Formats: sequence, C-alpha cells, structure tokens
Amino acid sequence: MATRSYGWVSEVSAVWRKDLRAEFRTKYAINALIMFAVTTLTVVSFSIGPYAIAREVMAALLWIILFFSAMSGLSRAFIHEEETRTVNALRLSARPSVVLVGKLAFNISLLIMLEAVVVPLFLILMNLHIGNYSLFLLVLVLGTMGLAGATTIIAAIIAKASSKGALFAVLSFPILLPLLVMAINGTKLAINGAPVAEGLPEVRMLISYTVVMVTASLMLFEFVWNE
Amino acid sequence: MFWQILLGLWMTLVIAGAFLYAPPAEGLGELSRIAFFHIPVAWVAVLAFLVSMINSVQYLRRRNLDNDLQAAISSELGLAFAILATITGSIFAKATWGSYWNWDPRETSIFVLLLIYGAYFALRSAIEGEERRASLSAVYSIVAFVTVPFLVFVAPRVYYSLHPDPLVNTRGSLDMDARMLQVFFASLLAFTGLYVWIYRLHLAIARLGLKVGATGQTATSGHSEAHTKEG
Repeated sequence: MATRSYGWVSEVSAVWRKDLRAEFRTKYAINALIMFAVTTLTVVSFSIGPYAIAREVMAALLWIILFFSAMSGLSRAFIHEEETRTVNALRLSARPSVVLVGKLAFNISLLIMLEAVVVPLFLILMNLHIGNYSLFLLVLVLGTMGLAGATTIIAAIIAKASSKGALFAVLSFPILLPLLVMAINGTKLAINGAPVAEGLPEVRMLISYTVVMVTASLMLFEFVWNE
Repeated sequence: MFWQILLGLWMTLVIAGAFLYAPPAEGLGELSRIAFFHIPVAWVAVLAFLVSMINSVQYLRRRNLDNDLQAAISSELGLAFAILATITGSIFAKATWGSYWNWDPRETSIFVLLLIYGAYFALRSAIEGEERRASLSAVYSIVAFVTVPFLVFVAPRVYYSLHPDPLVNTRGSLDMDARMLQVFFASLLAFTGLYVWIYRLHLAIARLGLKVGATGQTATSGHSEAHTKEG
C-alpha cells in the first residue's frame, strides 16, 4: 500500500510537471491570467481613483478581480489537451484521479503565480493597508485552493463542449458563490485587523468547501474524463 | 383523466380557500395570502432540482438515457417554478419591505438556483451527442447540488433576513392559524400534484417522440430529435 500511494503521488507530480513544462514553453495561460488581472486592476483603480471608497469594499474588488482572472485562464489545463489532441495519450497513460489532482495542482500553481503579481499591485495601487497579514494570507491561500478545487472539474466539463470561453464563467459562478462570499468576508476581517480567531468560521467554511468540492470532483471526474 | 379533473377541482378549492377561507395573518394582513402560493411554488422548484439530481445520479450509474430525459424535464419545470417563486417573492418584498430586490438570503438562494438552472441548459445546448451531453450535464447537476448547503449557511452571514420565519422554524412551533394551515398544506399538495402531472405529461410526449423517431431511423438519432423538440 505504501508503495502504491507513493506511486500515485509521483504520478500526480508527473502530470503536474508535464503541465508546468508545457505552460512555460508557451506561457499562454499565465500571460492571459496576469494580463487579464492587471488590465482589470487598472480599470478598477483608474475608475475609482478619484473617490474615497470604504476599505471593506476593497475585499470585494480584490476577489472580483481574482475570480474573473481565474475564469480567463484556468480552463486552459483541459482545453489545451483537447486542442493538441493529447487527451487520448494522457487517458492511456494515467488514471483519472491522477489526471484530476495533477491538473488541480497545476491550476493552484497558476493562481499562486497570478496572486504573487496581482495582490501586491492591488495593495499598492489601491493604497490599502492590511490590518492582519496572517489572516489575509490564510484566507487568500484557502480561497485559492477552493477556487481551483471547484473549477477544475468545470474546466474538464467545458473542454468537451462548444463555446468554451463563455461557458466556463457561466457554469462556475453559481458554484463559486459561497466560496466568494466566505473569502470576501474573511478578507474584510483581515483588512480591518481582526484577530485570526475572529476569522475562524470563515476559515473553517473555506476548508470544508474545498474538501467537499475536491471529493465530489474525484468521484465524478471519471464520468467526464472517459466521455 | 380522473386525476386531472380532481387536481383541477382541488386547485380551485385552494385558490378559493386562500382568498375566502383563511384569515389574514397578524401584522401582514391581506398580504399574507401570497404565502399560500409563494411557498408551495418555491418548494416545487427545490423538489424539481432534487428529482433532477437523483436522475442524474441514476444516469451515471445505469447509463440509461431515459434518466437523462427525466433530469432535463425536471430541470425545465424547476426553472419555471423557480421563476414563479422569484416573481411572487419579489412582489411580496415590494409590498412589505419597500423594494423588489435586496439580496435577502432567500432571494440569494433562489437567484442562485435560477443561475444553476440557466447554466445547466447553457451546458446542455453546447454539447454535441446525447450520451456525452447526458453524462456531462449529470456531473454538473451533482456538483451544483453539492454547493447548495454551503449557500444556505453562507448567505445569512452577509445579509440580515427580513423574510418571515420559515413555516417550521427553529423554535419548532407552527405560527399559523389552523385554517391557514389547512389551506397551506392543501396548496402544497396541489402544486406538487401539478408538478407531477406536467412532469409525466412531458415525459410521455418525449418518450413518444423517441418512438416516432425510432421507427424511421436508428434509435439514437431519434433520441436527439426528441431532445431538440424538447428544446
């Protein structure tokens, strides 16, 4: 069992590394993500620059930017396989659960790269001071996990459909709404400098949301992947 | 035929009872009468979602396209009832709280239900091939269903609810007058019956469409034809 689970982990990391390598050759997804995020950020910052807005609104703005940027790039992981016709090869060489977790890890990596650029820029451009950095980072990381965890299976679904681009956001939004609400709430608390203990309900909900979504994805992914 | 006539009479009684028999609620007055229609319609919208989800699970287990047909039909009905619930709720909101829409937790959840139904049909129309369409939309329907409990928990944390207490509330007591309860449960039964009737009618038509298609061509192309007729 130990060797088998080791095998599973190394297979997952093989899929993850394959995707990262393919991504760094073209830099298609990461460019799309970051450029989209920076453009949105610029529009937001430019249009509300002259007005003083409440600090609480900043949390909502940050997550709206992250949500739409994620929508512009995260479906890439599966669409890419369909476009280059490598789906069958991947289907032959890896188990469904391995593919799903590998792609999930890749999507999380993409989002972390995105946030490394966008979040500092956001803080600078919006002139925002965070009251509690550890809660802020905790919510950001958990929100990222949930965002990727819920959208990876949607990406797999829409890769098989026509009109992929528009459909991804349409299908993802109703599913992501609870996550967005929790993440915005948690970020709001962090901006106001609440102690971590006060944000615990949000943190707990974010964790359970992610666990539930990833478990459901693992159970259902086979039906999508083998279609 | 017997059941349809019975349902028609029953519905007439419910409508008459809602306006003439049941007393107006304290505080809300005559406005409370909308509850006899609004709550059953909302209940059916959720029931249809549940039926659709169960059929989706059954489809993935048995790969029987009939389950997919049932899931799609139930979703269509659910969408219609969800729209009715949204409209009746919105009218009530305008009359009591002064605005048609203010993101009350219950308004949020019915709105998300509408979005899920919309996304479900957008997905269905974007996939070629009925087996692929069936399994992908089944997966989406299940994933969407899984998130609903989170929404129920999350939404009240953001906006305070002005919505009247649910019928069976946390105190475990029923706040309705006996006559109101009679009308309310009769209405619940009537609307559930209406749902079952339309559902079965729809299903019979879709199955007949399958059969008609199957005589001329292969069974699979007939199925897709029935689907396009379904819209």
